Amino acid sequence: MLHRSRTIVMAVGVLALALVPPAAAALNQPFYVDLFRRMMIFALAALSLDLVLGYGGMVSFGHAAYLGIGAYAVGILAFYGVDNGFLQWSAAIAASAVAALVIGAISIRTSGVSFIMITLAFAQMLYYLGISLETYGGDNGMPLRTRSQFAGLIDLRNPYAFYYLVLALLVLFLVLGHRLVNARFGMVIRAAKSNEPRARAIGFSPFRYKLVAFVLAGGACGLAGALLANQTEYLTPEFMHWTRSGEIMFMVILGGMGTLFGPVVGAIVLLGLEDVLSALTEHWQIILGPFLVLVVLFAKRGLFGLLPGEVLRDG
Amino acid sequence: MAEPLIVIRGLSKSFGGLRATDRVDLDVPEGETHAVIGPNGAGKTTLIGQLAGDLRPDAGMTRFAGQDVTALDAPTRSRLGLARSFQITSIFRDFTAVDNVALAVQAHSGHSFRFWRPARAERALRDPALAVLDSVGLGDRADVLAANLAHGEQRQLEIAMALATRPRLLLLDEPVAGMGLEESQRMVRLLGGLKGRVTIVLVEHDMDAVFTLADRISVMVYGRIIATGTPEEVRGNAEVRRAYLGEEATL
Repeated sequence: MLHRSRTIVMAVGVLALALVPPAAAALNQPFYVDLFRRMMIFALAALSLDLVLGYGGMVSFGHAAYLGIGAYAVGILAFYGVDNGFLQWSAAIAASAVAALVIGAISIRTSGVSFIMITLAFAQMLYYLGISLETYGGDNGMPLRTRSQFAGLIDLRNPYAFYYLVLALLVLFLVLGHRLVNARFGMVIRAAKSNEPRARAIGFSPFRYKLVAFVLAGGACGLAGALLANQTEYLTPEFMHWTRSGEIMFMVILGGMGTLFGPVVGAIVLLGLEDVLSALTEHWQIILGPFLVLVVLFAKRGLFGLLPGEVLRDG
Repeated sequence: MAEPLIVIRGLSKSFGGLRATDRVDLDVPEGETHAVIGPNGAGKTTLIGQLAGDLRPDAGMTRFAGQDVTALDAPTRSRLGLARSFQITSIFRDFTAVDNVALAVQAHSGHSFRFWRPARAERALRDPALAVLDSVGLGDRADVLAANLAHGEQRQLEIAMALATRPRLLLLDEPVAGMGLEESQRMVRLLGGLKGRVTIVLVEHDMDAVFTLADRISVMVYGRIIATGTPEEVRGNAEVRRAYLGEEATL
């Protein structure tokens, strides 16, 4: 159930995102199309993490792994001359979903610090795997030969077409996420997050629901990875580095866990601040750090979570 | 005669050197309200945990409704008709009262791999949940966040969640603990109203509640059941009196 003020902010937010390209064109600042597209791609990644973290209570500290797998799926297929986007993106989603299935099947049996460490360890393994793949550039990475081709339906080389495709996907996943967390499936993982012994006592076996949530989130983040490869036209193991996982997690926390739209806000604010502050000084992280600390201290439910609406607490 | 609903034989569980339950035998026929009493640390909560499926026994077996359930976990036992309340109130604090009960209904209405329809709009979940809430006296508190309910109401909510699973056996771990006189009387009335309709095994320190509700009583001391009988038999049992001498409870 959405409170009115949140609905309004979401509608205004999506509308504002839709107006970025014409505004950038009017201001003769095409760079902003690129920046906001990047924000939305990370918003999709953060949104997928929110399903696991905010609704499922699983502190996955290796979410960038799926971003990397998605990007590499596109990059490797392109490397061998497969430019078809339908194929590339399906492969990106499938590969990251399979990885999430394996990682989840092992990690979801644990909880707390063990869960964090296992997800982190898997992501770092994949990071080092990426470094060792000399064929695909090793630690330098490699350029994407060409952006994904969609049989003439949409041309990603057109920055506006690419932009609106990303926006449409983001909105689609917001809608899907909203349906999912309020449907029976979402109620189970939220109940398990709230009180797992109680959930078991009334007859739920949370494991398989949490695992499916983990796989869905992995697949969605894989799609974000496919978009990111097209965005940067370059892929590197850095996509999978643990600091990247931390960044995605921070977007979720900054915007508000368990809100779906909060992570979108978090991605825009975090990447926006990075952009603005790094233009001011090369020591921009000195300013960003305290700001993030203040948000976490004084807005425990995140920026979007400050708005009235459904409260999701821990325990 | 039909087999009792619950048949326990030789159930044992040790934690380190401590024998929390020690070769426990217990039969509870269908429809009975059976109280388990005993001093603190006697193993009563461990017994409930083993019955509910949260604790695996080291030895022994449990049959429920003619089926060996010894190896089954808590969710599976719940689906077979075993419901419980916890010693320390255990509810979904960040959901409303009716959400809590609707979740219990949902857990017993097929799988939950349904991704589209809002669960809160499903009358098949909502209506039974509201009916059960009404039956425990929380009908007008349906939309209150569970965390904001009074302690007694939260205990009632736990009973409602248990009842929403349409159990054959209700396991209650100190249902009136920490309650004021009025609250505990309300709870005893509520449980009394269930008598006969559902089999109840309850652990309780409040002897007024025990002697009001129980058809039979088992006395547990140091992990063993030292006596089982009607309230009168237990009251007159010399061994039971010895075990309770100097304890907080007076029979």
